[in-house]
Amino acid sequence: MEHLIELKNVYKIYQMGEETVHALDGVDLTIDRGEFVAIVGSSGSGKSTAMNIIGCLDVPTSGTYHLGGVDVSTMDDDQQAEIRNKMLGFIFQQYNLIPKLTVLENVELPLLYAGVPGEERRERALRSLERVGLREKAKNLPSQLSGGQQQRASIARALAGTPSVILADEPTGALDSRTGRDVLKFLKQLNREGDTVVLITHDNSIAVKADRIVRLQDGKIIYDGDAHDPRAVVQPHDGEEEEEVGA
Amino acid sequence: MNFTQSFRLAIKSLTTSKMRALLTMLGIIIGVGAVIVILSLGNGLTGMVQQQIDKMGINMIQMQLFGGMDNDLPDPEDMYDLVEANSDILTGVSPYVGVTAAVRNGNDIFKATHLYGVSEIMYNAATNYTMDGEQLAQGRFINYLDVERREPVCVIGAYLEQEAFDGDALGKKLSINGRLFTVVGVLKRNAELEMLEGSQDDQVYLPYSTALEVIGSRWVNIYIFTSSSGDTAQAAKNILVGWLNDFFRTDDGEYSYYYVTTMAEQANMINGMMGVAMGVLVAIAAISLLVGGIGIMNIMLVSVTERTREIGVRKSLGAKRRDIRSQFVIEAGTTSAIGGLLGIGFGCLLAKGLEMLLGGMLIASMGVSGITFNATPTMGAILLSFGVSVGIGILFGYLPANKAAKLNPIDALRYD
Repeated sequence: MEHLIELKNVYKIYQMGEETVHALDGVDLTIDRGEFVAIVGSSGSGKSTAMNIIGCLDVPTSGTYHLGGVDVSTMDDDQQAEIRNKMLGFIFQQYNLIPKLTVLENVELPLLYAGVPGEERRERALRSLERVGLREKAKNLPSQLSGGQQQRASIARALAGTPSVILADEPTGALDSRTGRDVLKFLKQLNREGDTVVLITHDNSIAVKADRIVRLQDGKIIYDGDAHDPRAVVQPHDGEEEEEVGA
Repeated sequence: MNFTQSFRLAIKSLTTSKMRALLTMLGIIIGVGAVIVILSLGNGLTGMVQQQIDKMGINMIQMQLFGGMDNDLPDPEDMYDLVEANSDILTGVSPYVGVTAAVRNGNDIFKATHLYGVSEIMYNAATNYTMDGEQLAQGRFINYLDVERREPVCVIGAYLEQEAFDGDALGKKLSINGRLFTVVGVLKRNAELEMLEGSQDDQVYLPYSTALEVIGSRWVNIYIFTSSSGDTAQAAKNILVGWLNDFFRTDDGEYSYYYVTTMAEQANMINGMMGVAMGVLVAIAAISLLVGGIGIMNIMLVSVTERTREIGVRKSLGAKRRDIRSQFVIEAGTTSAIGGLLGIGFGCLLAKGLEMLLGGMLIASMGVSGITFNATPTMGAILLSFGVSVGIGILFGYLPANKAAKLNPIDALRYD
């Protein structure tokens, strides 16, 4: 069976003035359906770049990326948009709900861009809100919701398009620890119900909630394995690495 | 499918910042308003000209004779013969003799009174209007026998009836250049005008034959013909021109010996001139629309910057370039469309105001009674202005929208 996510020898190189920055430096990574993976790393480790590439927001400088068996590494803007719409659900640290739209309208957005007709769109968005327990807040504006509720609304939006992968970028970063735990619990539950979840974080205590940890440092994978293995959370400190990537 | 949401979103952002929306739309409101006012006034003026033509008859043809240095002018009898010979096209002719003379009744002198020598053709019994657009109130008009016998009779306007005869003129005598004329008819008062000395109501019609005696002239310089219908007016003109060229022994004596013009030609000339004037004014007003468009472009660029993050989110959720582009284009179009609607309303009100202010003056200057001035824009003008304002929004919204569409989703998501 083919892998859901398959990165092969992926490089992402930025030219910053004189300096050449290898944000991703030959990454090989596969993720299968139903996994709950945390991509961990300190700032500058390349985890954000990895998330951008996995999320089809960016293309690698070299190497290939297959998502659901399709090579998406050479796609143009609009083709990527279509892939994002069909395959990916994003959860952001800042929720990124559109303030002028109601919760329901926010959740409807991915379906709107998918061309789902009005009645069905509403239906599916409401079902998605039901799943996160926010159905009664459908008519509210995001500003009328608490932080945790807003994050749940954004999860509902990510789920609305029934994506193959849920990409959560520091989903608890803006929440207090209790609400953060609730959100993580919820992601875990989604995973148990069959969804593939990729969590991007700098926080080990959050990463260990996943089943598998992929640790990045200076654009390279330095650990990939069980989240419960003690080595998964050890920050290796080798002085040989001299390349300093800007924060 | 995306349209309704974009439209509602546009309305929402307009209503949440009303002041900003109003200022954005101001250029469009003023531009469209100005265009509507100009087109309304133009429409009103064209309507006035049309009413005048309808009243005088689209089948009217005016002939002015200058003659040469040593030429005699045609005799009125020649004109009657000409009409008779072409009775299928020409239906009548009246000489039109302008008279300068002192009008008296006892010791009252009326210096500003207009006097015209005409024939019975001047008055159309079927419509009850003279070719000048006057109506008879009492008595009768000049008739064939008056002309034939050079009778000293006259038809007077309502002003003279009031001022000279205290409202009871029929059968009384009026002195014109010392000769006494019997009043046989009184014209209806032009209700929309003030009855003043020298106004439309201060006039006298005489039989043209008598009028020629009064001014001591042999020649009639102006004739008014009628053709069988508006359609035959041009054919009638051709007959008259042909006959005049023969008479003056010239190939083309128009402008040098004579000048013949149909009502339709006059109307076309007036409408043509008015069209040019309107065109120039509308072009000037259009500059305001252009400025309005730039205002919209400016605010849309601001809006794109303000909503960079929203654009990033939409893109991450699968919005394609054209989705983003159409969202902002629709928003710009909606803004300018609402501006356009406000401008149309504002323009219509202003046009009505001007109608009330200027209407009376304009009607007086037309010199014909029974005409109304109605400064209302045509449906076409309204639709056109609305279309243009929407078009301007779309045109000037395109650049900012395209800028939004091309934003890189990563940068847009990171934007604070």
